[in-house]
Amino acid sequence: MKPIPNKNWEAYQKEIADDHYYFARSCIRQNFFPAAEDLFLKIIREIAGKEIFDDARQTTCSGIAYHSGVIPFETTMTVVARQFALMTEAGYENFVCSCVTSFGIYNEVLETWKQFPEKEKEAREALKRATGKTFEIPRNLVHTSDLIYKFRKEIAEKAILRLVNKNTGEPLKVVDHIGCHYAKIFPEKGVGGAEFPYVLAGMIDAWGGDQVDYPERRHCCGFGFRQYLLKSNRGYSIGNSKIKFESMQPYHPDLIIANCPGCTFFLDRWQYVLAEMEGRTYGENGYGIPVLTYEELAGLLLGYNPWDIGLQVHQVTVEPILEKLGVKFNPEEKYKGLHGEDLGSPAMPAVLRCH
Amino acid sequence: MKMELYKELSKDIRFIEGLNACINCGTCTAICPAAAVSDYDPRMVVDTIQQRDEKELELLLKSDTIWLCGECLSCKTRCPRSNTPGYIIQALRALSIETGFFAESSQGQKQLAIKRTVGDHILKYGYCVYVDEVNTEMYPEQGPVWDWIKKNKELVLERLGTSYQKEQSGSLRKTSKESLNDLKRIFEETGATKRFEIIEDYSARVANSLDLDFKTDRDSYFYYQYNENQQEKKSEQ
Repeated sequence: MKPIPNKNWEAYQKEIADDHYYFARSCIRQNFFPAAEDLFLKIIREIAGKEIFDDARQTTCSGIAYHSGVIPFETTMTVVARQFALMTEAGYENFVCSCVTSFGIYNEVLETWKQFPEKEKEAREALKRATGKTFEIPRNLVHTSDLIYKFRKEIAEKAILRLVNKNTGEPLKVVDHIGCHYAKIFPEKGVGGAEFPYVLAGMIDAWGGDQVDYPERRHCCGFGFRQYLLKSNRGYSIGNSKIKFESMQPYHPDLIIANCPGCTFFLDRWQYVLAEMEGRTYGENGYGIPVLTYEELAGLLLGYNPWDIGLQVHQVTVEPILEKLGVKFNPEEKYKGLHGEDLGSPAMPAVLRCH
Repeated sequence: MKMELYKELSKDIRFIEGLNACINCGTCTAICPAAAVSDYDPRMVVDTIQQRDEKELELLLKSDTIWLCGECLSCKTRCPRSNTPGYIIQALRALSIETGFFAESSQGQKQLAIKRTVGDHILKYGYCVYVDEVNTEMYPEQGPVWDWIKKNKELVLERLGTSYQKEQSGSLRKTSKESLNDLKRIFEETGATKRFEIIEDYSARVANSLDLDFKTDRDSYFYYQYNENQQEKKSEQ
């Protein structure tokens, strides 16, 4: 018997603008999953048929430095004000950011300005003195996962694959991991709120998979900002990721998806480290559990070549989920350059099984 | 005249937002990822603060405790009295740096390593992280796939459609001088440059007391703070 679907998320709905977006990139995603953001842009433009602007003048929101305590909140507010000024100059009013830390930062700045109007005045004056720029407040502010959620049904209609195991016909079991700053700071800003976020679960439901509900589903991945940034402090980070892996493993997930750049990275890389340190692997047959971003998963279902969308740069090998989904791929192309150059291949980890 | 610490804290909007009245229920500690892996206890921090004891507050500002939080802000969601220990920590950290007390704790001293990575990267690249600064010596968890990417950087990043080192839109592009100058001016106007200087100045004194090489960027003192965990060393002894 199937459990009764939890509908608590329905209490938290938010407006997600329908078209014409100003796009802000993520510090982490650009470096560690470099093809994911461009795949996102492609899906919004080509699958959803919407217009989105990728500005060369944009920068970091500075959130990682702020949450690590090396810059004041006043600096972050003014950097954010500059991003809004670029949006205003480009003629947009719907702001979409690719990073969950940034999403938290932008919301935090806007809420602060509502609560302390003198802080908005200060930021406007500082921005003017520093850059000569002025800005309008965005009419709509969302995260990139909100847009994929909004267009999840259009993606499902155009998809050539479903989240179904081609060998058994059963729905694939998918863990959704939501970055803490997506809704834990402001539950009303996230689809489904903080306790029952639906932004990724909605994609799993729409694309035919089964959500995995496990005890530590809402626990942090363990980024911890300064805790990860210092090699001496990374026990914090891997310790918290391990809490999650141990908790989800008994439910035998086929796949993890995350909406936060840091979370995607940590849930991928710490599986490699735990395998090498402790001999512990969490997937089947010595593999890890593949970890994808939401648009990487959408891309696979839509039929994109996994090596065009950057799945070769994950440390946990993705082939097990490609095979279960029935993705057609050429293993020979995995580590080739754009023009077929032979780039060798990464060394094999001692414990974690990889391709 | 000696600074009144509680009065200073009360000027910080993070502190104003973060502290209402703690009922010591311990919910924040129960769900805290830092408490899950260390002896950090946000309930104790908030309780100490709300007692307004200047001596205790000074001890806290000089302690490792305030640097153990990971700023996930899970505590904001769950506190039944709308306190946010994570915000209080932000205000404590800011005051600890402003007063120089950060240099008296082994965790506080590590701010130098974060300033010289994430902080400096923003002004150099426009982003907190940049591929050229990441290697498996400093970040071994990146794994063999990262070594492969670095070895074939230009061709891999071309294959993945990035704008690496190009002055155009796209991922990993070269941020323009104009944008970098905007960030520099913002840092100067809003206190980040001053905070950087405080961190460097106090760190120079600590390095001197430890007889470690202190210059710029990746000197001996940087690696000492980046790599060594004095708390773990103490508990092992």
